[in-house]
Amino acid sequence: MTDTVQTSPDASFHSGDAAKARLRKRRNAETRLRAYGIIAITLAALALVSLLYNIFARTAKAASEHYISMEADIAPDEDNFLKVVKSAAKEAFPYASGRKNRRAIYGLFSDGAADDMRRAAEEGTLQTGDAVPMRFLMSDTADLYMRGEFGKLQTQPGPNALTIEPEGKGFTLRTSGDAFADALGLARTELANEAATLRRQKARQSVGIETLEKRLSDLTGPERDDTLAQIEGFKAKRDQLETKANALDTLITGDRDTRLKLSNRMASFFVAANGGILKLTEVAADTALATPLVPMESASGVGGGDWSLRILERPEIGRPVKDMQVAILETLKSEGRIEEIANWRFFSLSDSTQPEIAGIKGALIGSMWTMLVTFCLAFPIGVMAAIYLEEFAPRNRWTDFVEVNINNLAAVPSIVFGLLGLAVFINFFGTPRSSPLAGGLVLALMTLPTVIIAARASIRAVPPSIRSAALGLGASKTQTVFHHVLPLAMPGILTGTIIGMAQALGETAPLLMIGMVAFITAVPEGITDSATVLPVQVFNWANASERAFDMRTAAAIAVLLLFLVVMNAIAIILRKQFERRW
Amino acid sequence: MLNWAALIIFALMLASYIMARQRAVALGGDTPAILHSRPTYHGAYVAICTALAGFGVLLIGLILSNIAIGTALVSSVPDALSPIERDLVISDGIAIANDTLASRTDELRETIAALYTKLTTLQIWGITIASIAAAVFAMLRGIGSVAVPFRARNRFEHIVGLILMVSAGIAILTTIGIVASLLGQTIVFFSDIPVWKFLFGTHWSPLSGVHEGTMDPDKVGAIPLFAGTLMITIIAMIVAVPIGLFAAIYLSDFASARARSIIKPMLEILAGIPTVVYGFFAAITVAPFLRDTGAAIGLSVSSESALAAGVVMGIMIIPFISSLSDDVINAVPQSLRDGSYGLGATKAETIRNVILPAALPGIMSAVLLGVSRAIGETMIVVMAAGQGANLTHNPLEAVTTVTVQIVALITGDTEASTAAGPAFSLGFTLFCITLIFNVWALALVRKYREVYD
Amino acid sequence: MNAPASALNTDDAIKFRCENVNVWYGPTHAIKNNDIAIHDNSVTAFIGPSGCGKSTFLRCLNRMNDTIDICRVTGTLLLDGQDIYSKDIDPVQLRARVGMVFQKPNPFPKSIYDNVGYGPRIHGLARNKVELDEIVEDSLRAAGLWDEVKDRLAAPGTGLSGGQQQRLCIARAIATRPEVLLMDEPCSALDPIATETVEELISTLGERFCVVIVTHSMQQANRISQRTAFFHLGDLVEYDTTDAIFSTPKDERTIGYVSGRFG
Repeated sequence: MTDTVQTSPDASFHSGDAAKARLRKRRNAETRLRAYGIIAITLAALALVSLLYNIFARTAKAASEHYISMEADIAPDEDNFLKVVKSAAKEAFPYASGRKNRRAIYGLFSDGAADDMRRAAEEGTLQTGDAVPMRFLMSDTADLYMRGEFGKLQTQPGPNALTIEPEGKGFTLRTSGDAFADALGLARTELANEAATLRRQKARQSVGIETLEKRLSDLTGPERDDTLAQIEGFKAKRDQLETKANALDTLITGDRDTRLKLSNRMASFFVAANGGILKLTEVAADTALATPLVPMESASGVGGGDWSLRILERPEIGRPVKDMQVAILETLKSEGRIEEIANWRFFSLSDSTQPEIAGIKGALIGSMWTMLVTFCLAFPIGVMAAIYLEEFAPRNRWTDFVEVNINNLAAVPSIVFGLLGLAVFINFFGTPRSSPLAGGLVLALMTLPTVIIAARASIRAVPPSIRSAALGLGASKTQTVFHHVLPLAMPGILTGTIIGMAQALGETAPLLMIGMVAFITAVPEGITDSATVLPVQVFNWANASERAFDMRTAAAIAVLLLFLVVMNAIAIILRKQFERRW
Repeated sequence: MLNWAALIIFALMLASYIMARQRAVALGGDTPAILHSRPTYHGAYVAICTALAGFGVLLIGLILSNIAIGTALVSSVPDALSPIERDLVISDGIAIANDTLASRTDELRETIAALYTKLTTLQIWGITIASIAAAVFAMLRGIGSVAVPFRARNRFEHIVGLILMVSAGIAILTTIGIVASLLGQTIVFFSDIPVWKFLFGTHWSPLSGVHEGTMDPDKVGAIPLFAGTLMITIIAMIVAVPIGLFAAIYLSDFASARARSIIKPMLEILAGIPTVVYGFFAAITVAPFLRDTGAAIGLSVSSESALAAGVVMGIMIIPFISSLSDDVINAVPQSLRDGSYGLGATKAETIRNVILPAALPGIMSAVLLGVSRAIGETMIVVMAAGQGANLTHNPLEAVTTVTVQIVALITGDTEASTAAGPAFSLGFTLFCITLIFNVWALALVRKYREVYD
Repeated sequence: MNAPASALNTDDAIKFRCENVNVWYGPTHAIKNNDIAIHDNSVTAFIGPSGCGKSTFLRCLNRMNDTIDICRVTGTLLLDGQDIYSKDIDPVQLRARVGMVFQKPNPFPKSIYDNVGYGPRIHGLARNKVELDEIVEDSLRAAGLWDEVKDRLAAPGTGLSGGQQQRLCIARAIATRPEVLLMDEPCSALDPIATETVEELISTLGERFCVVIVTHSMQQANRISQRTAFFHLGDLVEYDTTDAIFSTPKDERTIGYVSGRFG
């Protein structure tokens, strides 16, 4: 049989040094491939962990809300609860006079505080009378400040004695040991920046002058005179800028005892002494001018260690909580009049433009109605279609086409289903816009391929012997299918349906097309009411500009994920419990 | 009213079941075996006939009469009004009739409101009576037909078979519905605007050039949207394909059973996260991260950069690629692996030279389906990509995509009939492109199955 | 169709020496404390009823069992005096020395040429195309397939007939220049005519390699092997020259099996 004689195998051929060297290389290649796999999986895991961390870290913040304890006068037949809150605030902070300060005080409270009282009054649980101890819900921005979202207020104890002298509306503070050096440094940097800006402007004037002077030689008559005048103007401006910049330079390099102004583009500096809080407006190394935000009990000097410097890094201009509010919140906190309570409001209220009183009840109920419609349509139709295709349909090009069609539908972008819903259900059939009915119809069409594919697979998995047995006993085809095949396939079908429903629950894009993006505060009472659903609520809040919506978006996502986890867990249990290997 | 009609039909259905069944039992007497069909089938047959007749008339009547009322209202408006004004007048008329807020009340609107009230009353009564009558007729006829030799079971099963077939047909109807609804608006849109201006124009701001309901053909060039979609898709695939593929290879040929039991659920979680969550993640974490990183190394990264949207979309597609590839890699028969190992090949060599070439069609189809998904993905780009059309090749800049523009047009403040044209044309383009990818992928997978099943 | 007389030489060097070999599949004890010495340049047949462990034992000889997670092997298996389960032995290198042909022909979905060239390529046996061409041709000739396929080397290997596919797999195994060839029921998926061709090929190969073949056909063992080992329920019951096993078996179980009372 063999036509040639192959060289006899040499025992050392595959174990020689050359082979060993090659083998090392080949093994390295294998290690590399394994490493790529591990890197790929690590990257995917990192993405997942970072996603979940970002969601749940924010969710934790939404789990509680802050209240301010105050005493309020509530008349028995009170109906303007907003006024009650305001007058309670006015009474609690009598020193906050003037419109600006008042507004700052009112800004600490949420409209939800009045809503809470109104609700309690309706339920008859509201205590009335004078000086009733009450808890008032904080506004979103104040709540964010309490969570340290705008930075933590840092405390530097004052080691040396502080003297306090009234000056105008405020006080002059004096101490020793360069206590205000940080503030002075910042003020100097700020002035240096200002001087640099002035010099840039000056440079532009100089360029203008040069250009005009070059042009001058070509000009005659009145034009020349105009240009000359212009040049003079520029020069004056230039000199003026230079003088200003120089003045700033003198301030910066000047005496450390000269007080410099602090601006709202810099960190805020406060002094806490004698039970009050003062805001520094001008500082030198050891002295400062301060205005009282929370009044002191007395204006006498204090010893070393009895006062402190408080610094909030983020400039006032860059945060919605102003210095006055910071001072009051810090005072309230030190008096123990701020409470942090679990945020059940989130589940009992619907959407709102104010983050602190926005909840997901409406969206949850809306999702429930929508899913009900989806299930009632997708499940029976999907199962019936699967039965037809697996058990009754002839195998021909037509059913081939149906099969390709179903597989393709499963991969059609969801937004296209939304456009279909808009054109057919809303515009043609007149289904109410943004109703769970319209949403459910669209999602049912989207879920249908998933249900059909899963149902077909589990019907196919039922062994033909069962069908033969039933047919052999004289059962009709329909009886065989409905009495024997379908019950055996049901766990698989349900698993597939639940997975399809979980996808539908998280779907957003098609619902935007049929108007579910509308701002709806009412809880839907039926499938034709206007409604929103959880994922769309997430989308709406994610787009909102108020920062406090961030954590509520995350919380809504957490609720959505919880539902998905539960649904998938049910699917897994079903599969495990009823899985049958034939 | 119609709810009551539905309830009555339902009650008739139950009644017909009981009556027909009892009649059959009575006919059978002491020897029920003489009946061709069991009494239950007689009951079921009559009940299904009753329900089909009643609900069929109800549903079809509702649809047809809605269309008829629409036409009647349109024809009652003077022809002098433009289509937009006409729609407004009609919707106001309906609002007046329903006692809700109308934009304006005048004589014409009052007439329409009166007409609408008259027609809807007529419609509801007509449908109620007709559907109940149909149900009663079917019920009486059915009960009359109960007889010993009557083949109720065969007839019932025949009807069930028809219902099953219609259910399967809904999938086809959906596709027809998609094509028809998209194509309808698209054709109207392209009757005003040349197709090539849309497909090859480079300037997109359709709503800025609207003049009396028609758009400026020079402002509907969709090339920037196609380019943006393409860029984000490419970035997504650059992220998803290597990670998904290497993960699949590791899972199928390297990982221990224990590792697999941890990694697979992890990938499934990644796959089960709704896209709106990915969008939030992109907008609030990834985009700022990329912007800050870019700033740190001296690059200016837009806060709505194509890169952020693309990377997050890639993460979304990883489990898609990995699970489909894992399936096809596992479907490569063990005998081929054995053959290769038996020759002294390492795992890496076996994977590269035997398994991947054999699984290539399947992997290709996974990638194609991934591309189709990336092109059609909406929420991530709506939340993390830009709104303005920007023709650029820099992934650090903001770009917009086809899906973003569809959402912007449909949910925007513009008149619905004006925005529909470009939105549905974009939708149709999107449908066609993804269709090509899907069919291509399905054909590949089919071929692959034929080889190894 | 008896084995060539020259191969009956019992002085052949011992290629494999196995002592106290045990194999577990999870909790199942598949091979129980077996000892065997397999000789070079001859054909050794493993026979026995289904599930007796003969294939499992064969797969120990080139460590193919390593690819199964739950499989555990203990004992000493020496190839030319070297323990193949020792830490210094790379199973990949071992499998290049101990080639294998499987029950079902499993050509790669590649061309005939690439199927045969695969082993030489990964092991670096050819420095250039000319050498590779030579190896492919030699191997196909050795497998008796050259004349049938020389005009269509670029055609896919999966397009050949069953017998041709199996001979392609044998050519593929030879091309890596192994010292030992393991064959796991190589003819069980083939028709009688293809079986005959492959059997002839195996006999020829036995003159140049150490060939170990698992078979469920006693006639086949009788036709092509010089030595035969009989396995039963994980035990190596009897091992002797083929003539001795079939003419004068000693163990009751062997007698029962070869006389056709069970199996």
